[in-house]
Amino acid sequence: MAKAAQASSSAVQRVSLLRVLGPAHVWALGVGIVLVGEYTGWNFAADKGGTLAALIICWVIGLLYTSVAMIDSEVTSTVAAAGGQYAQAKHIVGPLMAFNVALYLVFAYTMLEVSNAILIADTIKAYAGEGFTDWHYRGVIATVIVVLAALNYRGVLMTLNVNFVITAIAYLAIIVLFFSVQPWSQGAVLKLGEMVTPENALPYGWIGVIAAFHWGIWYYLGIEGTTQAAEEVRSPARSLPYGTMAGMITLLIGASLTWYICASLMPWQYLGFTYYPLLDAGKLTGSAALETMMFVATILAALASANGCINDAARAWFSLGRDRYLPQWFSAVHPRYRTPYRSILFLLPIALAFAFIANLGQAITFSILSGILQYTFMSINIIKFRQKWPLGTIRRGYTHPFHPLPAIVLFILCVVTYFAIFLGYGAQLTAMVVFYIVMSLWFHFYRYRYVRRGDQFTMPWPKPNGY
Amino acid sequence: MWITVVNIGWAVSALLVAWMVYDWFRIDSTYSEATLTSSREGEIEAASEKHKL
Repeated sequence: MAKAAQASSSAVQRVSLLRVLGPAHVWALGVGIVLVGEYTGWNFAADKGGTLAALIICWVIGLLYTSVAMIDSEVTSTVAAAGGQYAQAKHIVGPLMAFNVALYLVFAYTMLEVSNAILIADTIKAYAGEGFTDWHYRGVIATVIVVLAALNYRGVLMTLNVNFVITAIAYLAIIVLFFSVQPWSQGAVLKLGEMVTPENALPYGWIGVIAAFHWGIWYYLGIEGTTQAAEEVRSPARSLPYGTMAGMITLLIGASLTWYICASLMPWQYLGFTYYPLLDAGKLTGSAALETMMFVATILAALASANGCINDAARAWFSLGRDRYLPQWFSAVHPRYRTPYRSILFLLPIALAFAFIANLGQAITFSILSGILQYTFMSINIIKFRQKWPLGTIRRGYTHPFHPLPAIVLFILCVVTYFAIFLGYGAQLTAMVVFYIVMSLWFHFYRYRYVRRGDQFTMPWPKPNGY
Repeated sequence: MWITVVNIGWAVSALLVAWMVYDWFRIDSTYSEATLTSSREGEIEAASEKHKL
């Protein structure tokens, strides 16, 4: 009898995601998703509070994301599973939290993918001239989303190799632009003293700085996406903290350089209005070569972001299926390419539909809101993680310093950001919270009956403290 | 130039969608559902890490 059961179980060939990634791929995933935020988005903080507010926010939100990166690195180097924060929530808080976190992830990444496709179409339209109709505009969106989905379908190694190359080019473009405008010689090209004066630095005072939190998120939104690669990296305990922290350092430098270049070339009224701050900075230097370089880099940054978002959204959706939080059908892995192919295919038409009907502002706000909900969870999650499994009880790939200070800083900054979003997008914030409440009720009263409760907790950990 | 590129983009997108859908049906009809959905979270951790310090 036992032999028959063994034979039957070994007859089913096991197919799982492929462990082929290293720290460079983790960096490419995190920075790739985020870097587009330097090319567009952050600058709307200047519209809310002036150019100086955009700089203050760059560093304050940098603190928020450094906390996110540190907390994420500790938990994910221990809970190394596809789904990232979803798997963390499941093991540390519980199924309902996990379901919500997975929804935040899927919406944050899918809406970011949609925003990137719209951005690329808008950028090309601005340069295409006469004859570029709605058919062509939609053609750009469809091409971006479908080609990147096919790349993701084909394999994670190729997907993130491509992301590494295009992210590196887009980042180098910012460095090249920085040195081209002679930052060591104010007045030659850059005119920071004329653009930012004591009178216009904070035109709306400190409430403007608070309001600017909304768009400041865009400097770093998505760096936490590195955790989605947890099940595909060769050494999660080493690669995830290393890749995530290296990515955060890269972005802090990139964000500061971007602010310095743009703030020195544009008045705050224009900086807070344009969709292309770095491309406009390239134009304002008067060099056609720099303008072309920034045009190409804008498109590459948006492509890298969309590519990483497809990767991450599909893994979060796949994880939900694997635990039967959604139909198990979604948890299929391609036996040859070793990718969650059904999840990729399922999310493809959804992204296309949103990209065809939504506008950029709505898509970005939806993405930011989902991100902030997720960061709020992370601050609670790490406190519970340290309470249930204190240091020394389980092996951690990385232990973040100054606990619980990063969690407290993260929570406070999230609360401030909710207030900032409420100031500008109160209706969307309310609608979104209602949406997540309805989904939670659906999960609790209907879907959870299909979940195999014992199977979902997979980590070989000792019993938590207090249980 | 952009108009030509976008028209090619439409064609490439249609081909890629056709390829993915074809491959999806081919894989689903070749392998059993049990094999395709056999991935389990934490397999490697369970085998290699006992969390003994």
